[in-house]
Parts: sequence; C-alpha cells; structure tokens
Amino acid sequence: MNLQLIISFFIILHLRKSLQTASQFPGWNKILIALLFACIALQATEISFRDTKLTIIWLSHIIILSITGIIYSKKIFYSARSTMTAVLPLVLVSFLSDLLELINADVYTEWEKLFDTAQLFSLIWMVTMLITNRNQKKAIEKERLKTQEEERQNKIMATLKAELEVQVGERTAELTSQKEELEHALTVLTATQSQLIQSEKMASLGELTAGIAHEIQNPLNFVNNFSELNSELITEMKEALNEGNITEAKIIADDINNNEQKIIFHGKRADAIVKGMLQHSRSSNGIKEPTNINALADEYLRLAYHGLRAKDKSFNATLNTDFDGSIGNIDIIPQDIGRVILNLITNAFYAVTEKKKQMDDGYEPTVNVSTALKPAPVGGSMRARVLISVKDNGNGIPQDVVDKIFQPFFTTKPTGQGTGLGLSMSYDIVTKGHGGELKVETKEGEGTAFIINLPV
Amino acid sequence: MKILVVDDERDIQTLFEQRFRKEIRERRVEFIFAFAAEDALSYLYQHEHEAVLILSDINMPGMSGLELLRQIKQKYLKPPPVVMMITAYGDAENYNIAKQLGADDFLTKPVDFNLLKEKLKINS
Repeated sequence: MNLQLIISFFIILHLRKSLQTASQFPGWNKILIALLFACIALQATEISFRDTKLTIIWLSHIIILSITGIIYSKKIFYSARSTMTAVLPLVLVSFLSDLLELINADVYTEWEKLFDTAQLFSLIWMVTMLITNRNQKKAIEKERLKTQEEERQNKIMATLKAELEVQVGERTAELTSQKEELEHALTVLTATQSQLIQSEKMASLGELTAGIAHEIQNPLNFVNNFSELNSELITEMKEALNEGNITEAKIIADDINNNEQKIIFHGKRADAIVKGMLQHSRSSNGIKEPTNINALADEYLRLAYHGLRAKDKSFNATLNTDFDGSIGNIDIIPQDIGRVILNLITNAFYAVTEKKKQMDDGYEPTVNVSTALKPAPVGGSMRARVLISVKDNGNGIPQDVVDKIFQPFFTTKPTGQGTGLGLSMSYDIVTKGHGGELKVETKEGEGTAFIINLPV
Repeated sequence: MKILVVDDERDIQTLFEQRFRKEIRERRVEFIFAFAAEDALSYLYQHEHEAVLILSDINMPGMSGLELLRQIKQKYLKPPPVVMMITAYGDAENYNIAKQLGADDFLTKPVDFNLLKEKLKINS
C-alpha cells in the first residue's frame, strides 16, 4: 500500500466535501476528481505490477506535493491548510527518506532508524493534529450554531420590539387624542360656566330692569314736573315784581328755591339708581371697598320689590326693614354682596308669592330685611361680625331639599324660570369671596331666614 | 271739590300744592294726600262722601292702587266716588285691569297738569 496515495485520496475527499467543490468551484472539482482517479489508478497499478513500485512512489510524491502546493498557495483552500499541516510532516519525512534512498542507499541504511522514528513522530503529530482540528472545528461549528441561534433570537426580538413599538405608538396616539378631547371638553365647560355665570347675572338684571325703570321714572317725573313748575313760578314772580309786590315775589322765590332742592334731590336719586344698575351689570372687579351695607340692602330691596311688582301685578308684600345704624361702612365687594342680597330677597318674594297662591285672604306675605353688628368678644381673637338677614313667612324649605339648595343647578322653580345658580353663586361670594358664612334657618309652613355672616 | 291723591312719593304733595296754588287759594279745589292705599281707605271710611275724586298711583308698596280701586268700587259706598288711575307710560296691562275694575279715567306718568285741570274742569 502506498501511504502518499492514501493520504492524497483522503485529502481530496476532505477538500471536496468541506468546500462543496462540486457546486462552488466546478473547475477545481474536475482537477480534484482527476487526481482522485489518478490515485486509484496508481494504487491499482502498484498492486497489479510489483516492478512498477518505484515509479509509482515518485508519482505519488509528485501528486501529494502538488496538492500541498495548491493548498498552501490558493486562497480558496485556506480552510484545508490546518488538515494539510497535520499530514505535512509525514509527507515530507517519507519524501526525504525516499529521496535519500534513491541518491545514496548506504547513507539511507545508516539513517533508516532515524527516518523510522521521524515517521512515527510525524504519524503521532498527524493523529494529534487531526483530532485537535476536529475538536476545533466542532467548537467553531458549535460557536457558529450558537451565534446563529442568537441571531435568530435577536431577529425575533427585533420583530417583537417593532411590533411593540407600533402598539405603543397606537396607544400613545389614542391617549393623545383622548387627552385632546378632554382638553377640548374642559375648554367648552369653562366657557359654558362663564356663560352660565353671565346668564345668571343677566337673569338677575332682568329681574331688576322693571324695578329700575320704575325707580328711575319717578324721580325723572319729579325733575320734569318741578322744572315746569319753576318756569311758571318765575313768570309769576316777574309779574309780582312788575306789580311791585315784593312780599309775594319773595314767597315765590322761596318756592322756586324749594323746588330746585327737590329737582336736585330727585336728579341725584335717578343718578344713584343708574350707577347701581351699572355696578350690577359690570363684572365684579373683586376689590373690596368701604360700603354702607344698610344702603346697599335697602337699594336692592326696593329694586327687587318693584321688579317683581312690575312683572306680577297682583304681587303684594309687607316689607319690614330693621337696619343697625351702628354698623357704619364695612369692606366688601359691593357688586357681589349686592347680588347676594338681591338673590335672597328675590327668593323670599318668590316664597311668599307661592304661599299666597295657596292661602286665603288671611295670609299676609311679609319679608324682613335686617342688619346687625355683633361686636368681637372681649379678650378673644374673634373679629366683630355683621349679620344680614333676609326672612320670609313663606312655606319654608323641606328637609330633603334644604341640603341641596346651595348646589349648582338645583332649583325648585319650573323649568326655564330659574338657573339654579343663584344660591350656589351667593354661597361662593360669601364664603370664598368674603370669608363669611351663608346660613339658612327654615321651618316648614312657617318660613325661611337666610343669614349672611361677614367678618369685619 | 275735594280730591284725594294717593301716591307713595311724598313729594307729590308739594307738586300738587304748587301746581294748583291758584285753585287752592281760590278754594276751588281741596287736596287730601294719602301715601299708601291703606291710608286712603281708612280716610275714606272716616270721611264718608267727602272726596268726590280719587287720584291714585298703581305701583305702591303694600296694597296696590288696583286693589284700592277694587275695594272702592266693590265694597265701598254708593254712589262710589270717581276714581282716576295714574299709570306708568305704556303699561297696557295695568290699564286694562284698572278699566275692568271700573276706573273712571286715566292719566299717564308724568302727569300732564294742564290735561288734568281740563279733566277736572277747573281750568281758569
């Protein structure tokens, strides 16, 4: 058996298998197949014809050295180099021993033992290297598979991540649109709220308008009437002077003067009413100023009374006022407290009107408006307080309703007649705006009293 | 001629007394003033058949002019005195109610005294 041919045979098989030359490098594949058949042919020749051995040996050396040369010189066979390195010592040692045997048989015989040993070591080297290579290849293959698996996992994770990102994007878009919707709803609500506050103000202004018209009409009538009268009196005075009746002229002059005082008085009265009306329709500036609470309460009582009277001709009520003159001016936002008083008085009138509808002639509708100063307790840290009470003798408020009266939009009036904001706004003005309290005392069938309690 | 004027505005007295100064001086007319419908009624009860004309405002605190009119025309005296109502300008509703209740005549605010004098036939 020829060692070189066997090695060559297996190396060629190895090359074809590991490099897939049949599909990857058809050119080299042909050469390798040719070499493969050459190896088989040579081996067959050697076995068949003993005397050709020497020729065969040298042809085998040429084949294997050529293969070695190809493997080490061509880049495509790079991966086969480690296998080649395993067999190379064996190839070289047998080549050198054969060469020496050919050139000088004596020296060869002398060195034969050494060559045998070298061949043995080469063989050991080959086996060791092949095992090492095999293990390395296995490790590399394992590593490659592991990397592949990792890549596969990474791909799956990347896909999942992309999916997740799409989902997150969708959710975010959903949330953003929801947030925008909510923001929009909030804007609409805020606008609606201010509109409602405005319409409540307008509603109370509407309640006032008729009262204001009546209140302005009377003083204006006096202004007109007394002015006309004065011009008549002046004519008369001239006549008296022409007649030389100085006494009469003086009397007329006094009358003119008195009438003039009345014109001024009623002019101022109309002026104050218009100013009060403007103050009511104007949005509150939120600034507290010293205000005569008695005058304020009286003004709104009159306006509310005449307002209701103008709307409902049959309306009739006894008004009692009991104002504490010792209060003086207190710091309040007059428009706001005015609105509260107006609201309470309007409610009181409504209550007595409702009761009047149910009762016989024996019922006397009565509304009391009173103020009182409660001095600060001596030595205490408590401040003095002013109480403004609006009391009616209407039907009172049932217990299940009384808990709700300060809630926004709660109303017992028929649809369209009340905004349900009057008391809730009043409550806010007194508590939040002035740090006071708004309390209600009611007894069913007997009446209701609302008490504004303000610190001063 | 005795005229009862009913109005919650007190200055109405000064106004009437000056406007009718001549007529009052010449005793052609006499005015009595009531500042509430309730006072007017009690005056009428105490001084039966004295007032021949009642001039009443409608919009007053307490009893209204319309209620006063109703009581005079339904419950009070025979023959009932002439009642002239003073209505605010353009107040058709009060005008109609007063008419139904039997008001004899109407004046609108502000009172035109020349017209009133004409109606009273005491124009000089």
